[in-house]
Amino acid sequence: MTGKAEGSLLYLDDVSVSFDGFRAINRLSLVLEPGEMRAIIGPNGAGKTTMMDIITGKTRPDTGDVLFDGSVDLTRLDEAAIANLGIGRKFQKPTVFESHSVEDNIALALKGRRGAFAALFHRRSAAEQGRIDVLLATIRLSDKRDLLAARLSHGQKQWLEIGMLLAQEPRLLLVDEPAAGMTDAETAETAILLKEIAKTQSVVVVEHDMTFVRALGVKVTVLHEGSVLAEGSLDAVSVNPKVIEVYLGR
Amino acid sequence: MITSFLIDSLDRRGRVVVALLVALALLVPAGNLLVPEGSAFHVSTYQLTLCGKYLTYALLALSVDLVWGYCGILSLGHGAFFALGGYAMGMYLMRQIGSRGVYADPVLPDFMVFLNWKELPWFWQGFDMAWYAFLMVALVPGVLAFLFGWLSFRSRVTGVYLSIITQALTYALLLAFFRNDMGFGGNNGLTDFKDILGFPIQEPGTRAALFSASALMLALGFVIASAVVRSKLGKVLVAIRDAESRTRFIGYRVEHYKLFVWTLSAGMAGVAGALYVPQVGIINPSEFDPAASIEAVIWVAVGGRGTLVGPLIGAVAVNFGKTWFTGVLPEVWLYALGALFVVVTLFLPRGIVGLWETVVSGRSKPAKEPDEAGEKAGEAA
Ligand SMILES: Nc1ncnc2c1ncn2[C@@H]1O[C@H](COP(=O)(O)OP(=O)(O)OP(=O)(O)O)[C@@H](O)[C@H]1O
Ligand SMILES: [Mg+2]
Repeated sequence: MTGKAEGSLLYLDDVSVSFDGFRAINRLSLVLEPGEMRAIIGPNGAGKTTMMDIITGKTRPDTGDVLFDGSVDLTRLDEAAIANLGIGRKFQKPTVFESHSVEDNIALALKGRRGAFAALFHRRSAAEQGRIDVLLATIRLSDKRDLLAARLSHGQKQWLEIGMLLAQEPRLLLVDEPAAGMTDAETAETAILLKEIAKTQSVVVVEHDMTFVRALGVKVTVLHEGSVLAEGSLDAVSVNPKVIEVYLGR
Repeated sequence: MITSFLIDSLDRRGRVVVALLVALALLVPAGNLLVPEGSAFHVSTYQLTLCGKYLTYALLALSVDLVWGYCGILSLGHGAFFALGGYAMGMYLMRQIGSRGVYADPVLPDFMVFLNWKELPWFWQGFDMAWYAFLMVALVPGVLAFLFGWLSFRSRVTGVYLSIITQALTYALLLAFFRNDMGFGGNNGLTDFKDILGFPIQEPGTRAALFSASALMLALGFVIASAVVRSKLGKVLVAIRDAESRTRFIGYRVEHYKLFVWTLSAGMAGVAGALYVPQVGIINPSEFDPAASIEAVIWVAVGGRGTLVGPLIGAVAVNFGKTWFTGVLPEVWLYALGALFVVVTLFLPRGIVGLWETVVSGRSKPAKEPDEAGEKAGEAA
């Protein structure tokens, strides 16, 4: 089992999970190489978000292996431990800390010690402030840094959440529908940003917007009813009759 | 490091509160002891003790707000920690009586002689020493809270379920402390205190000192609470309150943070209870009444949860109301309290402090309005 996973960053093998008898994930297998960016598409309810829940420790699979870095068994760890291993996540519904300022949202996510006592006596260093400034500039929210996150628009919250994800400096980013609720221009910018990130980190992106997926120009996995229906370039999967039938043709 | 950590933690409003409390600690006792009785500035011993009691309630309210207002843990059992601190102090005061009790036993408190006990139970050992008793005042509630929190936060009990088990905790202690064989004086509790630290407890000078101690402890509690909520840990607490699972996904061990603030808060409630007991002269199981814990939550809601000043204002205001009502219309008090809670929940979600802030910002910062409108227009564009 470990042998096959060797050299991979993320390795899912024969993973299944049911909710009250309904199989949301059905014998799913997926391998991600270090440095790879992967797009996941599929109809509503295909299990895309549930797959991310499994990887990040929110949902325990009933069966199957989920390995990080070729050997770390993610099914035995909780959310915080998985996050600290270097797996970051952006949620489908943007969730930022609404009663904190934009800047504090980034500061809380910033890579560093996570212990309670470390936090109690923490003083923000110049290096950390510098990093926060860079991130705020990257997500174009420098001028909104003191605003409460609750007051941001939907698109800005999406960007803030991407900023928080970057602040964690994860090795693997799981990004669930980053372009939802964005204008075309914002969507295009988000694609550019993700491609930039993918130069240094591994990324899994779930998205329904085909223009966006095309702009990423990476290998695509099509999920359907909890398992992989097809895998390959977007052009290749687009002409796959099964994919057309369940998803793209509609 | 600790002192600069504490001092830096106060904002302007916090400095005003601490300065006011220190002034109270000096002026009210002076008004009682130094100003002659006829003067308008004279404070009677009754008023002094009443206000001292309110200050201990304010400290209890502050401890409730720390967990509820800042971390979203609605405790309906904080009265238990308050009462445990009170019992620890009561045990010290009982042992100070010495052979002056009715049965004149040099070691055993009267109720133990009455029960025919031959020796002091193990958990009463050491309470003749002030330093030990004063340590237990915070330690006993702290340890209980730690164990309780460790079990419940680890199993991710939250929301209403957690509130219910905190009620169960205080109710269980209520029943336990009613029992004579528990060794805490049963139904009657601990009372007939004589001395504290060797000073006669009924003397005006001692009463004034207890008042000052309450005001200064409240000030200290306020500074600590302020340091905690303004630290990065405090920001994590608010993050947990607003989006607990999100906080886990960026790598914070939520249960550790909750456990920290929960234990700290319980210790604070214990200190409040310990200052309460010598001023009212008795501690009995009724302090564990679940209704008492709910009342403390109402003080916080009325004053303004999630603010540091709010619980202080709420505790004092509601208890003034209670004293007044129970003097004039005792039957009406509970209904008035209930109505107050409903009104505050519906119309003043941020309590008196929130109302005050809205009034002040509405008056003094009209310049901010166009700015905000501009932002909205920008978003819409
Ligand atoms: N905690 C849960 N309890 C019960 N059912 C669940 C749970 N989580 C997911 N499901 C079900 O599992 C299925 C897969 O859901 P999932 O959210 O993973 O789909 P998705 O591919 O992300 O869809 P979308 O594109 O709409 O976001 C759905 O039918 C959903 O109702
Ligand atoms: Mg989804």
